[in-house]
Amino acid sequence: MDHSATTPVDPKVVEAMVPFFTEHYGNPNSLHGWGKEARSAMDRARGQVASLIGAEPKEIIFTGGGSEADNLAIKGAAWAMRDRGRHIITSAIEHHAVLDAFKWLGKNGFEVTVLPVDREGLVSPEDLKGAIRPDTTLVSIMFANNEIGTVQPIGELGGICRERGVLFHTDGVQAAGHMPLDVRSLPVDMLTMAAHKMYGPKGIGALYVRRGIKLTPLIHGGGQEFGLRSGTENVPLVVGFGMAAEMAAERLSKGEHEREAQLRDRLIEGVLSSVEDSFVTGSRTHRLPFHASFCIPRVEGEAMVLRLDFAGVAASSGSACTSGSLDPSHVLLSIGLPHELAHGSLRLTLGKDTTQEDVDHVLSVLPPIIKTLRDMSPYKKA
Amino acid sequence: MAYSEKVVQYFMNPVNVGELPDPDGVGEVGNPKCGDVMKIYLRIRDGKIEDVRFQTFGCAAAIATSSMVTEMVKGKTIDEALNVTNKDVAEALGGLPPEKVHCSLLAEQGIRAAIEDYLRRQRGESPEPTGGSCFSHHEDEEGMESRAAD
Repeated sequence: MDHSATTPVDPKVVEAMVPFFTEHYGNPNSLHGWGKEARSAMDRARGQVASLIGAEPKEIIFTGGGSEADNLAIKGAAWAMRDRGRHIITSAIEHHAVLDAFKWLGKNGFEVTVLPVDREGLVSPEDLKGAIRPDTTLVSIMFANNEIGTVQPIGELGGICRERGVLFHTDGVQAAGHMPLDVRSLPVDMLTMAAHKMYGPKGIGALYVRRGIKLTPLIHGGGQEFGLRSGTENVPLVVGFGMAAEMAAERLSKGEHEREAQLRDRLIEGVLSSVEDSFVTGSRTHRLPFHASFCIPRVEGEAMVLRLDFAGVAASSGSACTSGSLDPSHVLLSIGLPHELAHGSLRLTLGKDTTQEDVDHVLSVLPPIIKTLRDMSPYKKA
Repeated sequence: MAYSEKVVQYFMNPVNVGELPDPDGVGEVGNPKCGDVMKIYLRIRDGKIEDVRFQTFGCAAAIATSSMVTEMVKGKTIDEALNVTNKDVAEALGGLPPEKVHCSLLAEQGIRAAIEDYLRRQRGESPEPTGGSCFSHHEDEEGMESRAAD
């Protein structure tokens, strides 16, 4: 029930990877047979990842994960276009890989605008229109949020950028492989993916870069990945990502996202009806199919997560106590939750192997946990 | 972050939970904005803590330290109870992760506040306002805080 954090590597993915650690250990940059074998495995994986999102293989740049892909997109585009303009735009609820890259650019000669979100976590297209200036070069707004599950109106936001001649990047780490997503019909110039969110290995991600877009690389060297990411390719991880992407595409074609959405709705309805005063964080309608997130007033998140863990349910929370920092998550504060409510956040995210029995198990153990913790609390219902 | 077995035990099965009817002293410390509030109720007879209960809104460490401190002061004289420090509470729990040490401080202060309330009542004074500001185990430098898995 914590698939937003990561997913288990599918055994078929492991099976595909293993030979590239053992027998096929060639360097794809070598000219001999071993090298060619590795090269053709890379090509195949690039094709698999590309077709998951309707891209051309040449538009896929493999990176060391989602955070690196976000950094490459943002710093790489901002730097490449620095003579054209130095104003860049993002939203308040981005992942830290995006927010902190913007923050860094903001300290190094760029001007950053951070767009607010509404109570559901949605960026307003009108706000974006109003924020774009003649010197704006880049906009980055995430496809779907990891904490509250909100899916942005990416078509509309990207369309505005395209109209105004501004590059548009979206962090698709939570969305890719979990909902239909096609760059042929979306006005998206760059899109980030991470293998470990779709039953692939950790340490490998990809950036989709629409043909014709110039980026400055973060890593200089031997010119691998079309000059955008030097370093000898990690062939086994690339092969694993390829297989994971192919399997994700297969699941989507069979309607797995619809199955998950039904389970999600059963979970949401069940929690709302059995836990007094609970409410959904994020949007009910613009929502990741596998994602359920709640605010449970008068209960602290870490206490909930730990008790759920002992009941066999892995969950997460954006409370300060789960992170070791003083403040609850920036996402929860950005949608207007006061601190005391943000401490009571709970996230449950489903996966391909989650069954209705799993959801019903959560619904049977959660309400008594909440009741016990509330009975312990000095706060009574107002 | 990993909790000791003792912390888990006192979090999952806390003792002395609840309210005392007609308590002789009540202390409330912490702040809901920070994510932990502890309320301690005392019954005092002949200068000794005859009974003690707690109510806590907070994380596992806050609940465990509340429970542990109530167990530690029960049966003690007021002076003995005032000598129970946050370090004693943390030690009795087999240690606390660094970012949770403030929870044990809350436990020490909770007992103190309840005893002070008792002493004020003895002197016929009115109660003082409760609650306070957030604790921090370190002043966060930018980018230094750890983050929950996304």
